[in-house]
Amino acid sequence: MFSLLETIWRVFLHAFHKRVTIQYPDQKPYLAPRWRGRIILSRDPDGGERCVACYLCAIACPVDCIALQATEDDTGRRYPAFFRINFSRCIFCGYCEDACPTYAIQLTPDFEMGEYRRPNLVYEKEDLLINGPGKYPGYNFWRVAGVKIGGKDKGEAQNEGRPVDLHTLLP
Amino acid sequence: MTSPYPFAAIFGVLIVALTIAAGLIWLERRLLALFQDRYGPNRAGPFGLLQVLADMIKIFLKEDWIPPFADRTVFVLAPAVIVVAVLLSFAVLPIAPGIIVSDLNIGLLWVLAMSSLGVYSIVLGGWASDNKYSLLGAMRASAQMLSYEVFMGLSLMGVVLLAGSFDLVHIVEAQRHLWFVIPQFLGFVLFLIAGLAETRRIPFDLPEAESELIAGFHSEYSGMKFGMFFVGEYLGVVLISSLITVLFFGGWLGPLLPPLLWFFIKMFAFICFFILVRASLPRPRFDQLMAWAWKIMLPLALANLMVTGAVVLAWGK
Repeated sequence: MFSLLETIWRVFLHAFHKRVTIQYPDQKPYLAPRWRGRIILSRDPDGGERCVACYLCAIACPVDCIALQATEDDTGRRYPAFFRINFSRCIFCGYCEDACPTYAIQLTPDFEMGEYRRPNLVYEKEDLLINGPGKYPGYNFWRVAGVKIGGKDKGEAQNEGRPVDLHTLLP
Repeated sequence: MTSPYPFAAIFGVLIVALTIAAGLIWLERRLLALFQDRYGPNRAGPFGLLQVLADMIKIFLKEDWIPPFADRTVFVLAPAVIVVAVLLSFAVLPIAPGIIVSDLNIGLLWVLAMSSLGVYSIVLGGWASDNKYSLLGAMRASAQMLSYEVFMGLSLMGVVLLAGSFDLVHIVEAQRHLWFVIPQFLGFVLFLIAGLAETRRIPFDLPEAESELIAGFHSEYSGMKFGMFFVGEYLGVVLISSLITVLFFGGWLGPLLPPLLWFFIKMFAFICFFILVRASLPRPRFDQLMAWAWKIMLPLALANLMVTGAVVLAWGK
């Protein structure tokens, strides 16, 4: 019986407590740096596209919202001919970022993507590409990968030894 | 002491009662938010007051659907009954000296009779819906409201004994020296609980318990028919708060401020208390509810009546 009265009194005291609501459009909430929001494609420190069009993100995507087509430039460097993310399907799970071997695809702390027309939520490559390296400033995939492309032969990558001449291994 | 301008009084009371009932949509949401560390609707208009307008437009534009299996006539009639019954009770409510629609000499009995009629709305609505949840809600409502009406009437008889009249104006005038809440504190507590049960608000909302019965007796209602049940509930809150004010807290009586203002201050204090109770208390089980009514409340009301009667007999008026 008295516990009921105590309950009423304690609930009444909550009228003077601090509000927990964040008045969103006027007052922006804090978003952690690793918050999973709008997806971007980042670039190398020297300005080249990081994406090597390996399709791992498209395979990892549980809702199949990523579509891309691989191609190669004349130096042998792979890149996506088109890269399309349908944000009306995307669930912002971040699996694409986990799958990406080159840190190209990244999720950013931004969720304000409201649109009145659904087709506007389909982002093309030029909408996704940013002019910077995103969360990994110093990383350059082609500089550390042991793959031969134009201007960088086998064995010229960072921390990579010269390839062994097989003929010297003969008994 | 009936008002010299009867039509002005009728329309005045109608407009004020319905406006307050509509305003309660906003007040309840803001106060519930206040008790739950939130802000509540605060974006539409000043302090979110236009939320009332938005809600009304929304409910008017909702599809007004009658299920094909329902009993059409009764289904349509039921929501009107509750609003009519509650509004009829306002007829005998003395708001300030001279501001009363009809000064009946059996005013209190009239109010109790009308609140009994309100049960029909719920029972008929639940029955006509032809839905098991609606029927269960209606059954609960009839049992609950019958049980709580018994000691609701008995808890008020102490006040009637002290004032010597069923006339609500006389009851207010009899409180000029001492509000009846002091000699009739037990009666006040009993009436408060019975009033909560009569309005079917949250500690006693078993007829529409969301977690058990979807929406109870109004599961099948939509649009403005559902809105009428809603308006009826809020009008009931206003009525019970006004009755507590009139019967136990001296109605319009009070120093300095004009009588009308005193009445509304007291009434809104009780409306806010009703909302506070809604924010804090959980719903009892149905057998607990019935046990409370018959095993605790009814004997207490009878004891209160007998002691009051003995005291009035011994000391006289």
